[in-house]
Amino acid sequence: MKNNELETLNKAEDNSLFNSSLGRRSFLQFAGASAAGIALVAAGCRKDRDYTPITSGVTLDFKDDFGVLNYAYALEQLEAAFYIQVASNPPSGFSAAEKAYFQDIQFHEIAHREFFKNALSTAAIGSLEVDFSSINFTDRSSVLGAAKAFEDLGVAAYNGAGRRITTDAYLVLAGKIVSVEARHAAYIRDLISNGSFANSEVVDANGLDLAYAPDKVLGIAGKYIKTRINVINL
Amino acid sequence: MNILNILDEIEKVDGEIYERINPRRAAMKEFFNMGKKISLAALPLALGSMFQKAYGQSNPSTAIEVLNFALSLEYLEYRYYDHALTLANTTYIPAGAPRDAITTIRNHEKAHVDLLISAITAAGGTPRPALAYTDFDYTAGGGFSDVDSNYQTFLKVALAFEDTGVRAYKGQATILKGMPALTTALQIHSVEARHASHLRQMVAANVTGASGLKPWIAYATNGNDTGILAVNDVYLGEQNTVQANIQIQGINGTLVTQSQAAECFDEPLSGGAVKNIANLFIKAPNKLT
Repeated sequence: MKNNELETLNKAEDNSLFNSSLGRRSFLQFAGASAAGIALVAAGCRKDRDYTPITSGVTLDFKDDFGVLNYAYALEQLEAAFYIQVASNPPSGFSAAEKAYFQDIQFHEIAHREFFKNALSTAAIGSLEVDFSSINFTDRSSVLGAAKAFEDLGVAAYNGAGRRITTDAYLVLAGKIVSVEARHAAYIRDLISNGSFANSEVVDANGLDLAYAPDKVLGIAGKYIKTRINVINL
Repeated sequence: MNILNILDEIEKVDGEIYERINPRRAAMKEFFNMGKKISLAALPLALGSMFQKAYGQSNPSTAIEVLNFALSLEYLEYRYYDHALTLANTTYIPAGAPRDAITTIRNHEKAHVDLLISAITAAGGTPRPALAYTDFDYTAGGGFSDVDSNYQTFLKVALAFEDTGVRAYKGQATILKGMPALTTALQIHSVEARHASHLRQMVAANVTGASGLKPWIAYATNGNDTGILAVNDVYLGEQNTVQANIQIQGINGTLVTQSQAAECFDEPLSGGAVKNIANLFIKAPNKLT
């Protein structure tokens, strides 16, 4: 997992000064401003000398659109990481056509991830550390099952988060992405069982797809994410 | 379909038709030039573009209008599938997986019709009058003349409806911003996208020349990756690879291709543009305004 100063700054705001790691820049910032200083200086120097990645997690603050976009960014990171692993070493049971489409899906998710990263700029959360230990990447059905879970969850997440978005442009962008996730979901479902593209697991008697609130989505996704995700102002 | 007769008929009702389209001479020149470039099959939607300039359709502006607009589109889809499954000579849709899939989709469109009627009523509005099968012309004035008997034609039109539906809901999202109805619309929107994905696979498997069609909309210079000229207007703008001023192709040094960059974001369509497409299949006096 890579760290950078911005990430460190974000974390520093979320944690007490005394139990979190401080990067050089935030150390300088606090040291310059404060007389609480001696302990801080000591802590800062020690951490600077022996820098280790911060493990206290990322925070999704749903007080504004940036929180929603970071939430989407987190999910796209998860999906991209999954498909990179699949596409780089597909299960032996994949046909040439399936390999090609999983390459496409991989790059779609990478594109989504990088798009959010650039769009959020300095407001972006850091990189998440994933945990795919529950997935057998050599087994076709394990991979397809996980892909189905990720895509259906992605659709439910965007559908549930849409009403939290207050900026027209962001709402449209979320709409542009969610229908592509739904196309993925339908394709993967049909690979598992042709005709299950919109079956009753995901579409109810009113013809409506799933829509999950962020806490529900993160609860489900948590199984695949090592980094702690703090949610506030939900 | 005789285009010149149609124009003449319109002229009887609207003496200024040529001025609306263009000054007469320029309009005719434009029309004949257009005819050279595109095949007869492409004419219905090409005509749509021409009339769009003349009679621009309005965009819905309130939540009730959006929901009624959506209801019109759901009727268009529902009657199409329902007729194919229950009324016509239905042997052209093979039994088994194809028929099951069309049945699934038909049932969803019916559920959407019912749900939208309830939602409009609950919001204090009046649902638009119901549209029957006979209110539609699924041949689009003859451009899809064998839509009732040819499986390939049936699938082409179905795909056009689903990909249009996805774009239509996306185009209305901002009007519903922050409302409970937005969540409902989004939940319908992603179901239409699931339908489109599956229909694209059916088209790839059954329509001559479409074997490479992907479940997502690949890059084409005019946006239309289906190879079906008559539906060009359904895909206008889908070739876009720039989102919020960020070029997606090769973003941040990645290997994202031009096609993948276009595929990974579906584009919205304005209410007016969707109405022009829908009106090709809706008979007077029920055309959307």
